[in-house]
Amino acid sequence: MSTFQIDFGESQSKIVGIDLGTTNSLVAVMELTGPRILSGIVPSVVSATETGEVIAGEQAREMLITHPEQTVYSVKRLMGRGLADVGEELKLFPFRLAKGSENVLQLRLGEKIMTPPEVSAHVLLRLKNDAEAALGEPVTQAVITVPAYFNDAQRQATKDAGRIAGLEVLRLVNEPTAAALAYGLDKRKDGIVAVYDLGGGTFDISILRLHEGIFEVLATNGDTHLGGDDIDHLLMNIALEEIRNEWDEDISGNPGAVQVLRRAVIKAKEELSFVPQTKIDLEFHGKRYQREMTLDVFDRIIQPIVDRTLGPCRACIQDAGVKVEEIDEVVLVGGSTRIPLVRSAVEKLFRARPHTELNPDEVVALGAAVQAGILAGDVQDKLLLDVTPLSLGIETMGGLVSKLIHRNSTIPASATETFTTAVDGQTNVLIHVVQGERELVKDCRSLARFDLKGVAPMQAGMARIEVRFLIDANGILNVTAKDLRTGKEQSMDVKPSYGLTDEQVEAMILESFDKAHQDLTERQVREARVEADAVMAAVEKARQEDAYAALNEAERAAIDRAINELLVVYHSDDHTLIRDKIDGVDQATQSLAEAIINSVAERALKGTKIDD
Amino acid sequence: MQYYEALGLEPKLALDAEDLQKRFYERSRKWHPDRFSRAPEVERQRALDITALLNDAFRTLRHPVPRAEYFLSERGIQLSKDVPPELLEEVFELNMALEEIRGGDESARPQLDSARERFAGMQAEIDSGLVDLFDRHDAHGDRATLDEILASLNRRRYISNLLRDVVALTNDKELNVHLSN
Repeated sequence: MSTFQIDFGESQSKIVGIDLGTTNSLVAVMELTGPRILSGIVPSVVSATETGEVIAGEQAREMLITHPEQTVYSVKRLMGRGLADVGEELKLFPFRLAKGSENVLQLRLGEKIMTPPEVSAHVLLRLKNDAEAALGEPVTQAVITVPAYFNDAQRQATKDAGRIAGLEVLRLVNEPTAAALAYGLDKRKDGIVAVYDLGGGTFDISILRLHEGIFEVLATNGDTHLGGDDIDHLLMNIALEEIRNEWDEDISGNPGAVQVLRRAVIKAKEELSFVPQTKIDLEFHGKRYQREMTLDVFDRIIQPIVDRTLGPCRACIQDAGVKVEEIDEVVLVGGSTRIPLVRSAVEKLFRARPHTELNPDEVVALGAAVQAGILAGDVQDKLLLDVTPLSLGIETMGGLVSKLIHRNSTIPASATETFTTAVDGQTNVLIHVVQGERELVKDCRSLARFDLKGVAPMQAGMARIEVRFLIDANGILNVTAKDLRTGKEQSMDVKPSYGLTDEQVEAMILESFDKAHQDLTERQVREARVEADAVMAAVEKARQEDAYAALNEAERAAIDRAINELLVVYHSDDHTLIRDKIDGVDQATQSLAEAIINSVAERALKGTKIDD
Repeated sequence: MQYYEALGLEPKLALDAEDLQKRFYERSRKWHPDRFSRAPEVERQRALDITALLNDAFRTLRHPVPRAEYFLSERGIQLSKDVPPELLEEVFELNMALEEIRGGDESARPQLDSARERFAGMQAEIDSGLVDLFDRHDAHGDRATLDEILASLNRRRYISNLLRDVVALTNDKELNVHLSN
């Protein structure tokens, strides 16, 4: 049958919204009716098989128990972090570091060694593939969410993960802000909204002002190492102790057993959001451990974790310059906000009953899709004005920090400083950029060192180099420098304190890009074959119709020939070839199809008459 | 005065908060990088630069004190780091009280609390005085008023530093924070 070739001109592919979570990840897209989740929840677990294949999602989660040494989870906790600041993580999580982890962490998954951005890239790739399957078109651009309290290095690492997965990351959007977008609270009325987001591994609190579709973040605070994982560890420690007494065996050194236990405590934890009493129940190598757990006891165990969220909340309210009474609505985000104690703590602090209408697991991805719609120009009436969570400064004499951009400044934000030389003939100026609220460099987070090179030698203090620090809408720092004497751009070397260099990211991309391409091709071939099956089945069915008997010899031969040609290419790896031959069958059966449609219509008309 | 220009305003010291917010939102809607994500690189960069300036401008102008500081610095007038002479005695007494507390004499503690209240009161007084000075300068544009504003800002900055330190000290039993002069 004839097909219409319509040229849409600059028809553009869809931008997807991705929630890259500590525990689970999701992809969504904006449609005319609103944001829609494109696939099921994908566990943020990645496993490398013996054959060198890397898998992500449910299957990888199963591998946690069967092949714990080859599998990693909660890798978000390691994004943009250095060896020095993951000590706590390594005690609690079964991360196995490989040699050469000084600058960028290298994780061991069986034989394979991967950096945290690469691991995350495999989760992203899986989401990308799911989205492509659901949309039936390639996906190349995305909005990815990050915890609002993520620093520059953590954001950069997330962006790198996107690039490695073959995605152009058009925007990093803060998770609580995304949730506010998803709730569409702006539709109801203008006002002040607080978003409390307690996920698997991170905690964020943001306070926003809503005004005619503008979502202006007033302040944000949080803890990038606080979440449901910490609750699991408390419960696991109790159980490990009891198991040691009951079984006379320490299973903490057995990764498989630890994962069985982890799963059992998570199950109990989740049940306690709905029932007042449950059991931690597990079996390992024929031995059984059972422990009653009431909500009262559970609440007492997790109280310290819940309390740790309250300090950031109070600081955020103060920074936002609002009174608690002025906050009109509170939104709960993240799986851990299903816990009754968390809900009551939030209710008590904000003196308002929190919103829980949207699924806390999905709301961030839905919001990311709305932001994607804003970027695509499909959503015109909303605009997000977000802030940088941490102050940006430079190192000055004596290891002190001079702040250039303060925390909670609306982004993009910029600051300009003029630098000069300290000794005669100096040709380099070194600038150390840090992030954090403390006065001393050693208490802040080192971001990068910028080496302004090739300064013309002259007397000390004569050089004038203007450096512009700009935090972009993703919350990522960009630095440019200009020699004020010549007006020329000043060249510089950038040494990020943590994270991958551009070259490293580039090298990682090709690898997974090829794989992504291969995955896409495979799917297209599979889809073409499915269609070929359907076409051939339809033709076989049509041969029973009177209309087929009415065809002349030549017409029947043409159909047989077209079917044969389709069968010949059916097992090829070229989906365009298969589609080509499907078209051939379509053309050969055109008059037959018309005849059948006519007879069906005739029958239907007759049917109508009988019914009347 | 590019911050004023960015918001389409005449350089005045007294600004209407609601009008300022409205201007900021209007310009954000038009220039935010989100509106240019699929535009050519040149346009994207332009939107980024304009929005960064707009945000910096709004952040500076929305509160009276940073606004006045910006206004003065654009006129080439810098704030001083010296202790305002009229506060010298106050600071001296406060330092005595702190020494006593450090020496284990808790009897000076109530002095901290009263100092805290006094400083907060002074700050509020300066703030309300600034409102009048702003109006006066906007009407006459005279240097004398500008000097008065400068004196008020110097005083205010010093008091707010004192207040911050006293608050830190009252919250901190260790008393390891020093008053900065």
